[in-house]
Amino acid sequence: MTTRQPLLKVAALRKTFDNNPILKGVSFELHKGGIIVLIGPSGGGKSTLLQCINCLTIPDGGEIEFDRQRLDIHSRPALYQHRQDVGMIFQEFNLFDHLSARDNITIALRKIKKLPRREADERARLELEQVGLADKAELYPAQLSGGQKQRVAIARALAMDPKVLLLDEPTSALDPELIGEVINVIKELAAKGMTMIMATHQISLIATLADHILFMEDGRIAEQGSPAELLGAGCASKTQGFCDRLNQLSGE
Amino acid sequence: MELSPFYQELFESLNRGLLMSVALIIPSALGGILIGIFAGCLRAFGNGLVRTLGNTYAAIFRGTPLVVQLFILYFGLPNLGLYLSPYAAAVTGFILCSGAYQSEYIRGALLSIKRGQYHGAQALGFTTLQTIFWIIIPQAIRRAIHGCGNEIIYLIKYSSLAYIVTCLELTGEGKTIATEYFRFTEVFTIIGLYYLALVSCAVLILKKIEQRLYIPGFGHK
Repeated sequence: MTTRQPLLKVAALRKTFDNNPILKGVSFELHKGGIIVLIGPSGGGKSTLLQCINCLTIPDGGEIEFDRQRLDIHSRPALYQHRQDVGMIFQEFNLFDHLSARDNITIALRKIKKLPRREADERARLELEQVGLADKAELYPAQLSGGQKQRVAIARALAMDPKVLLLDEPTSALDPELIGEVINVIKELAAKGMTMIMATHQISLIATLADHILFMEDGRIAEQGSPAELLGAGCASKTQGFCDRLNQLSGE
Repeated sequence: MELSPFYQELFESLNRGLLMSVALIIPSALGGILIGIFAGCLRAFGNGLVRTLGNTYAAIFRGTPLVVQLFILYFGLPNLGLYLSPYAAAVTGFILCSGAYQSEYIRGALLSIKRGQYHGAQALGFTTLQTIFWIIIPQAIRRAIHGCGNEIIYLIKYSSLAYIVTCLELTGEGKTIATEYFRFTEVFTIIGLYYLALVSCAVLILKKIEQRLYIPGFGHK
């Protein structure tokens, strides 16, 4: 197992905004089917790390190796291809407001993958069914609840057949009673073997899904390990302390 | 009912002028929108040089009177060996002027689209141009449509300036008759009613377009 090539390898990733270093050299590896959970205090660099991985934010330094290929961050075609392979789910959903749920999914298939309308529609139908929204295809984002929007966003990302999915606090903008439906979809994805990196404050996701936890603080990985190592009984890790505080806040 | 010779001649002239006005307004409105979208995009998204170019265009055509622009196009350009017919000069002037104003509405709308829409598209692998074309512009048009419609209604009325470069449209035809018969009150009241009818038609068409483009989340039906 250890000789296996990682699907994604990030080395010494750095990013500075206005003289304010946000990432100070982050390195990790992710194998196919693996799930990494990013946790840590706000401003610790979780979102920036995720955005650097698919180059929505271009890192200042470091290397990204994806599918055994070193990513050339200066080549636009390489970036566009890379982003098709790396799906992203946002805290604020970022559905296209002028398109129905179906067309939110089909537009990238039609305009980037050049699928004919009929095939794209069929794919959208399948993906919406997967997230339990087959009957909402015609509705626009303004007509959907937060949880439904996030499920459409997941369907949209999956329709591109990404090899890895990045989730940036996918449940943080949702009303508490809507979190469950999104968590269920994410758990189904995990069960199907989707490779994922997820930033979250959702204790239930951290404990049940992660095979590896990265605790990020002040632009660095402060601690990492399996849930058992970091959250096991009697372990005095920073991660444990952080999760305890989350628990107290949410009253779980 | 038999109309008096004055009214017979008036309506004959005004109807001819009306046709000319419509022939001026339609290409000017469409051209203005196209140039407005183009210049608006340059001004909102262009890098240094293109943006400056777009801003300069808007500054010149919004900053000088339309009459002056028309005079330069019709009476000035021949000095450079470029001869425009009255009609061509008028339409060119209207398109450039209208485009400058439209570009401001479009630019505002483009800049009002949230960052997340770009991120959503980029994350799927859209190029910058594809993002602007397929995601940003369709939304911006729906935000800009009320301002753009306003500009078109304004264009209908400033199309009356065509007569000063001898392109005889509604106002020009009417003025000829008014001078001939020295009956300004009746003539210009009726011209006013003609414009009112034109604008009412435009308002109706714009409303239809608005309804056509309606999408939940972008204003009310």
